Amino acid sequence: MRSDRRREASAGWMFIAPAVGLIAAFYLLPVLAGFVLSLTDFDLYAIGDPSVVRMVGAGNYQRVLTDAGFWAALRHTLFFVFVGGPLSMLASLGSALLLHEKLVRGRAFFRTVYFAPVVTTLVAVALVWRYLYHPTYGLVDHVLAWFGIAPIDWLGDPRSALWGILILAVWKSFGYNMLILIAGLQSIPEELYEAARLDGAGAWQRFRHVTLPSLGPTLLFVGVMTMLGQFQVFAEPYVMTQGGPLRSTVTVMLLMYEQGFRWWRMGYANAIAFVLFALMLITTLIQMRLQRGSRP
Amino acid sequence: MSVAASSRQPRSVVASAALLLAALLPVGCATRAESPVTLRFWAMGREGEVVAELVREFEAEHPGVRVQVEQIPWSAAHEKLLTAHVGRSSPDVAQLGNSWMPEFHALRALRPVPATLAAAGVTREASFEGIWDTNVFDSVAFGVPWYVDTRVLFYRRDLFERAGVHSMPGDWAGFRRALEAVKAQSGGKAHGIFLPINEWVPPYVLGLSAGAGMLRDHGTRGDFSSPEFRRAFAWFAQLFRDGLAPPVAHSEVANMYQEIERGTFAAVITGPWNLGEFARRLPADLQDDWATAPLPGPDGPESGASTAGGSSLVVFERSRHAEAAWKLVAFLSRPEVQARFFRLTGDLPAMRAAWSDSALANDGRIDAFRVQLQRVRPAPLVPEWELIATMLQIQAEAVARGAVSPDSALARLDRDVDRVLEKRRWLRERERGASR
Repeated sequence: MRSDRRREASAGWMFIAPAVGLIAAFYLLPVLAGFVLSLTDFDLYAIGDPSVVRMVGAGNYQRVLTDAGFWAALRHTLFFVFVGGPLSMLASLGSALLLHEKLVRGRAFFRTVYFAPVVTTLVAVALVWRYLYHPTYGLVDHVLAWFGIAPIDWLGDPRSALWGILILAVWKSFGYNMLILIAGLQSIPEELYEAARLDGAGAWQRFRHVTLPSLGPTLLFVGVMTMLGQFQVFAEPYVMTQGGPLRSTVTVMLLMYEQGFRWWRMGYANAIAFVLFALMLITTLIQMRLQRGSRP
Repeated sequence: MSVAASSRQPRSVVASAALLLAALLPVGCATRAESPVTLRFWAMGREGEVVAELVREFEAEHPGVRVQVEQIPWSAAHEKLLTAHVGRSSPDVAQLGNSWMPEFHALRALRPVPATLAAAGVTREASFEGIWDTNVFDSVAFGVPWYVDTRVLFYRRDLFERAGVHSMPGDWAGFRRALEAVKAQSGGKAHGIFLPINEWVPPYVLGLSAGAGMLRDHGTRGDFSSPEFRRAFAWFAQLFRDGLAPPVAHSEVANMYQEIERGTFAAVITGPWNLGEFARRLPADLQDDWATAPLPGPDGPESGASTAGGSSLVVFERSRHAEAAWKLVAFLSRPEVQARFFRLTGDLPAMRAAWSDSALANDGRIDAFRVQLQRVRPAPLVPEWELIATMLQIQAEAVARGAVSPDSALARLDRDVDRVLEKRRWLRERERGASR
């Protein structure tokens, strides 16, 4: 009996061994190595001569937390998380609801159109958007001029550059969540709506009491994924502004990249990575707790 | 069989094969049989486009050598070169911005310039000394300047003349009076000079001119509170305080050329690329009215120093064709090749002999650069310099905006710089301990 169970257990271990081995080799080990690196002052000099690496303990973390550049980058990142995230969710939900509506014609066409930005290359798209944002011949300012709004130097002005990138990021990413939400909407049984209608529920009430609760798990998933994505905004500012003007678009990821691959301060860059990881973990836990709490 | 493939085989096999070859063939043919050698050459931006054309001639001269030019965009060049070195895929030859030399030297990525180049006429004396010195570490050169770049004064001659200034003063006091005259003549509308506060170059060249060394103790501590730098910084701050320079960044000036055309700025400190830009962007009726001049100095024209910019050619430590690579460098340093390169790109040649080319010798505006290049000095040769320069810019911006006093900004700067250079102090201590 006992030996049977043991044999079963060892067989089980053997079954998961390949997956565990792969995860250990390609995920756990690098993370561990990164953590060890974050406790050292591994830098340019260390590449030339590895013997000059020093253990600095929590020194890098201390420096991250006292670095004004990091806090500015964190502010920009949180702007993406708490402004860009909700905006992206609203855009996804709004377009999903529209495209789920049976009265809308050409739904497949619009679904493709809205999804297209997700699958296009960011670098190519960024080039086009740079033209759209151009203060003298950009389309955006041209349209704003119809409403009497003076031209905005979207990417050249430190006050507007972050918004410029945020709008691009939302446009680029909302299509993906939209598809997931459409799938979620389609799985809501029609009977629920019928019953609600019979009970005299209006459109808003049907949305509030049928659609939203039924979409709950999907929204949680989409919300968490969007937020995690927004925490890691990198490519958009990297391609559009390289962090400028006046460092007004540096995100935590971009700062980490600069420290790591521009100044080659690997220890410091790794410390930034772990601080970001801790932040993302905490925010995700809070979000999941909130969602669980709001459920009846 | 290619060279690359044979080198992976056991040495004895290669050696015996070589012996066999040597025995079978006359010597002349044997050397030719070593080829073909393919040199990987990384060049940036416009230089990369143009040099592909120039190396064809080199290949014709050296039938055994093929040069494969790989064009790297400037914005990604630094990271690409670093990662290539770390990833052991560095090219044989590369164009390297002069300010990156300390980094790549600290990485031990570069080969010292061999004596064969001096024999080919590529020496410190044949180029501009101040530029050459950006590549010298412990009296050994690790790169050869390819083209040079420095900052001079670009100004509206007509505006200065209208204010009664008929030749650009070479000393700070005279220059300041000239700016005051221009401002007064415009009725206060114009600012004398545009010193963009998002750039570190203006305060830096002023400090350089005043004789400041920026760092002390062998590049292990900041020295911005030295009397020399404080003198320069006070002069810099005073320009902003008196409204002779506006406290604005590049991004706050929609179009610098337009403002120069309008006379908002009568002068600006900038580099050779603006020779072309001024010619293109200023209207035709202003084309005779703009000029260039070497930077004024605190104690007369001789003291007006400027940046030692530009790019050098380097050979990487891991190159297996170093000899051929240095031949390519020597070829690109030939005065006639450099003059052609100038005609193609507008990049100022690093070899003095190339400056006698008619395209360079007959242009009065380029002359200011020729004079200035005799008075350039390298920035401190530490890998952290680029970071330190941005820190200098941040403090200079705060002073220009009137947020802090010059002296406390410099004290803060020294403190921040000392923190960045901590590793260098430790390395130096360690080295001294080892030699004791």
